[in-house]
Amino acid sequence: MKFGVVTFPGSNCDFDAYAAVKHVLGEEVEFLWHKSSDLLNSDVVILPGGFSYGDYLRSGAIAKFSPIMEKVIKFANSGGCVIGICNGFQVLTESGLLPGALMRNDHLRFSCKFVYLRVEKTDSIFTSACKKGEVLKIPIAHGDGNFYHFDDEVKRLEDNGQVLFRYTDPNGNESKDYNPNGSLHNIAGICNREGNVLGMMPHPERAVEKILGSVDGLRIFESVRQHFAQPAAAGKS
Amino acid sequence: MSKSSATVYVRLKDGVLDPQGVTIQKALGQMGYEEFSSVRTGRFFELEFEADNGEIEQRIDEVCSKLLANPVIEKFTVERK
Repeated sequence: MKFGVVTFPGSNCDFDAYAAVKHVLGEEVEFLWHKSSDLLNSDVVILPGGFSYGDYLRSGAIAKFSPIMEKVIKFANSGGCVIGICNGFQVLTESGLLPGALMRNDHLRFSCKFVYLRVEKTDSIFTSACKKGEVLKIPIAHGDGNFYHFDDEVKRLEDNGQVLFRYTDPNGNESKDYNPNGSLHNIAGICNREGNVLGMMPHPERAVEKILGSVDGLRIFESVRQHFAQPAAAGKS
Repeated sequence: MSKSSATVYVRLKDGVLDPQGVTIQKALGQMGYEEFSSVRTGRFFELEFEADNGEIEQRIDEVCSKLLANPVIEKFTVERK
């Protein structure tokens, strides 16, 4: 299987994502330049963290009009597997591939630290290698991670089981003190209704080796690999 | 052709929390301006274009909803000059 990592002007986690896939997961990966219109036959496209287009206007707002995003949107809408991490999550909401918006953190500060995520669902492409209710330790680094949507839309997300990760304490209990940005329902990561597009604020690619302080992020990449290892599923996309 | 312009104001929708506004309002209180019970922030864009071609209002509306404002959290108003 093959991953593609998009590089926008201002992306700064593209190399981390590339290294996590190539050197730790051991799968094929290529960079996809923002001006290109070719996904190079990637099975999975990663929109990495950073500050695409300087975060001008709103985080992720300009990136959605780049040539590569036109292809990513088509790819996602035809069932292709897309992962948006941090700024990538913001690009996905701005593009309409995921619902909601990521607003300024409620405390207004840029937050860079390890957080704890509870896995809410395991029958998903992105979490099948996790246990339900398991707590993952993965770092965040963002100023605009405050997930927001209208009440009835958030309810729809919950009812459809689209919330994959929630901020909790180390024991998996929800608490305001462990929500780093004020997101509604302590949401840290969601998928689209069809389940092929993931957006998450924490950085799994920064938690793939012991020396980084945690290997929990690897579970997300392993889940995706598992999905593509199943012959029936691989044919689908 | 004469130049025309429009100013686009983008605001958060009612009910959407504005942490920057809240922080500014608190700062004002600390400075002794307690009478300002709420502050909401926003931004504006000044657009210049060659005289009206008849479709300009629709074009402005399009750029507002496609780029300048995020319809999930923001609303916009256009003022023509």
